[in-house]
Amino acid sequence: MSDAVLEVEGLKVEYQTSSGPAVAVNGISFQVFPGETLGLVGESGCGKSTTAMAILNLVQAPGRIAEGSIRLNGTELSTLNPRSMRRIRWQEVALIPQGAMDSLNPVVRVDSQIAEVIEDHEGRQRFADMHERITELLGMVGLPARVGRLYPHELSGGMKQRVCIAMAIALRPKLLVADEPTSALDVVVQRVVAQTLLDVTQRLGMAMILIGHDIALQAQLVDRMAVMYAGSIVEVGRVESIFDHPSHPYTQLLVSSVPSITERRRRPSDATVREVHHRPSGCVFRLRCPQAFDRCRAEVPAMRELVPGHVVACHLYAGGSGEPAPAEAAGHV
Amino acid sequence: MTEGNGTDTLLPGAPEGGQRRAVWLNFKLVAGASMVLLVVFFGLLGPLFWNTKLADPASSPPNLPPIWEAGGTGAHPLGTESLGRDILALLIVGSEATLRVGAIAAAAGLVIAVVLGFGGGYLGGWVDDVVRVLADSWVTIPALAVLVVLAAALQGVTADTEALLLALFSWPEATRMIRSQMLSMRGRSYVKMARLSGVSSAGIMFTEILPNMIPYVVASFVRAMAGAIMAATGLEALGLGPTQTPTLGTTIYYAIQGSALLRGIWWWWGMPVVVLVLIFSGLFILSIGLDEVANPRIKRYRYRVRRAGRRPAVPVTASAVSAGPATVATPSVGTEQ
Amino acid sequence: MSDTPLLEIRDFTMKYAGSSAAAVDKFSLVLPESPATITTIAGESGSGKTTLANAVLGFLTPTSGSISFRGRDIARLGRRQRADYRRSVQAIFQDPYAAYNPFYPIRHTLLQVIRQFGLASSRRQARTLMNDAVALVGMRGDEVLDKHPHQLSGGQRQRIMFARAHLVRPQLIVADEPVSMIDASLRATIIDIMLKMRDEDGISFLYITHDLSTAYQIGNEIVILYSGRVAESGEVADVIEQPKHPYAQLLIESVPVPDPRRRWQDEVSLAAEDGAHRSQQRCLYAPRCPRRMDKCDEGVPGMYQIAGTHQAACYLYE
Repeated sequence: MSDAVLEVEGLKVEYQTSSGPAVAVNGISFQVFPGETLGLVGESGCGKSTTAMAILNLVQAPGRIAEGSIRLNGTELSTLNPRSMRRIRWQEVALIPQGAMDSLNPVVRVDSQIAEVIEDHEGRQRFADMHERITELLGMVGLPARVGRLYPHELSGGMKQRVCIAMAIALRPKLLVADEPTSALDVVVQRVVAQTLLDVTQRLGMAMILIGHDIALQAQLVDRMAVMYAGSIVEVGRVESIFDHPSHPYTQLLVSSVPSITERRRRPSDATVREVHHRPSGCVFRLRCPQAFDRCRAEVPAMRELVPGHVVACHLYAGGSGEPAPAEAAGHV
Repeated sequence: MTEGNGTDTLLPGAPEGGQRRAVWLNFKLVAGASMVLLVVFFGLLGPLFWNTKLADPASSPPNLPPIWEAGGTGAHPLGTESLGRDILALLIVGSEATLRVGAIAAAAGLVIAVVLGFGGGYLGGWVDDVVRVLADSWVTIPALAVLVVLAAALQGVTADTEALLLALFSWPEATRMIRSQMLSMRGRSYVKMARLSGVSSAGIMFTEILPNMIPYVVASFVRAMAGAIMAATGLEALGLGPTQTPTLGTTIYYAIQGSALLRGIWWWWGMPVVVLVLIFSGLFILSIGLDEVANPRIKRYRYRVRRAGRRPAVPVTASAVSAGPATVATPSVGTEQ
Repeated sequence: MSDTPLLEIRDFTMKYAGSSAAAVDKFSLVLPESPATITTIAGESGSGKTTLANAVLGFLTPTSGSISFRGRDIARLGRRQRADYRRSVQAIFQDPYAAYNPFYPIRHTLLQVIRQFGLASSRRQARTLMNDAVALVGMRGDEVLDKHPHQLSGGQRQRIMFARAHLVRPQLIVADEPVSMIDASLRATIIDIMLKMRDEDGISFLYITHDLSTAYQIGNEIVILYSGRVAESGEVADVIEQPKHPYAQLLIESVPVPDPRRRWQDEVSLAAEDGAHRSQQRCLYAPRCPRRMDKCDEGVPGMYQIAGTHQAACYLYE
């Protein structure tokens, strides 16, 4: 009944280790709506890449999806058999994995690699049709047709990444999952690739999940943003709302730690940053949180809506006696 | 960028320590080492429990079957062969001799390999070019053919000369491996750091690089030893081995000469083969184990490859991940023979 | 002697074997003895900034030109002087994991400098020194010194690298992308350590980075490199706020601003480098430059003064 392209509910991914299961993604829920770009932000090890793999049902041993459901246009993916899943991948949902540009086959020309993706799903095509389609795809990502006849090593990083985008959109999926698509690229190239990505998804009306660690880049690109910390989503909202009123202390830390290039001022940093190596009881962030109080230790905060569309998992906004009302606390008026 | 780094923020259930220790307790390492040690102890301690004089010809009645077969006797539990030698005594003496030949050949080869590999890898330049070309071309020489010719030309070698002959061919592969490791380690940041701290070249070589090379050197030794024993057995089975010392290979040679196969005296050739199988599989498993210890990322790396090069965001891989992709691709060691 | 610069790089050129283009072409820079400064060398990958760092550290010998430290050419140092140079110039590398020998616990890295530079006369003193150094970067010696590098986080490892550098009390630290592998929420602590070392200990930094925003926040001077040549240099505030060289303008404009209401307006396209035009005797940015003139293909632009120390290598400002 929901109109979301993707609905993730209570997703939990575990990895089997010698010392018992390690939880990489701890019961997260979110939705992606048609045509929108959702940013999934977090730092290394927070589980954002694992989430991407889980959405495509690509989590592999020793990892597994322990709980939760992933519905793509109403189809439950987490229990789908491998064959149907293979059909849905690329066609319904495509992934640009992290470091995709380095996973292009070095001995196959670019056009053949794109053709392979198409023929894998649609069977053999007439050469002329295929050629036209590939030229169009390359054109959409801003590459001249001659790039098709080149080998990956003849391309720059930015061009390779755009080839990966062309492959991902070849079958016009409804949802594109892009994992750090611009990391390891130079600033200018990063901008070109990011704009290309945004441009094609908008033109084709695709929804996109853009996974990244760079919150400034996210500000430039996404419609809504989900902030992940230690396997949990701690805040979701429209990107403007999050930047105007970052509500979770972790989001506040992230937003405030981006150095600005438009204003020369340094916010004093908290000199005693604690680095935590285990998941604490209660709120995942409490050991690093400057505002933690008793309740944070005892109870995992539930998601609360501050203003429509902006939710946060933090006891500061729990309401009740003596505590600020949700909207007020977050600075919404 | 941040992604390459790994352990910041939070790792549910991250190992709190002792990873290094745990790594050494590799199952394959222990299993392989036990198999090899079994043969070593058999060869070294055997003489204390069994009269090895029985390995001389005509010291026992010929062609006795093992004790569990009809006609077997407790005086010769594994039987005797046609020349009147006790098989158990032959195996004890032969295991010791075979292992010694392998160890001497491997050790001699390794000395050459360490000198050349360290020198070439660390000094670079023309020294390295010479080492590389020498090792690369030497590997292509068909060792057994040359050994056959050499052994035949020498007309009767002792176990020790045989070992030195074998050493001629056990160094190139070890050299290549040590050199490539040296090259990769020389460029590591910690070596740069040591240089910035004013540590001398010799100091860097011995305190910074050598400790990290130990597993590779040991792995090279194990592989060289397996290769040398293989070649030695081949030579000996052809009758080109030391005639004075009964080794496992010469025992097989005499078994062939005495038509043991046709005459159904299976214990003559079968017993030494069992010991050889134990030695080879032990060394092989040991080298795989060492491989995993020398490069703890290998297991994980394979796993990463299966995931299409993706980084598993889990603590198990914390160290592998933090090392970054650049160091993951270190060449694998000793998985084939 | 007070006017001898701390570091003087003059026409430094580095060509690698087998490459026709220079990795760094006629680079000059002067760092004053005092006050201590943070000088940023910024550029994309392949712009030559790491080559420059390695040369200043003495790992590379210039193809031509010279690098002098306190008036002495570092390629021609005697034994004593070389040891002295080692004490005076230290480094922080990008990957804080690779900078540690995995065989040893963390203390090895700190003991190494203590031993080599004779900083302590007893074990006890060495221990105190290490604990103090680690405390300076916000950690406790008894908690980290006996750990192996893989047991610490990237941020912790990098902070201890700063502790190591601080033990030596150098006059210059070459910091090659010190925060690019550190999570954003932990970067500030590292930046703070740099500032503290500059302001309290009088240590100058050569801050090599592609990250213009941190450079803007903490740097004094900045040099923007493009393809091994200086495109623009000057006070960091001047250059970042009013970039003159078209490349610097594009670069600064492309840094994402953490504000969803100030998004990139126009799309940029990367004009593909036409392989036919390989001459080095021109502005190397010309093929991509929206304001290219005929002149740009005919000669190498010099550094033209904009104001004060602010200079740009572009014929627009001739």
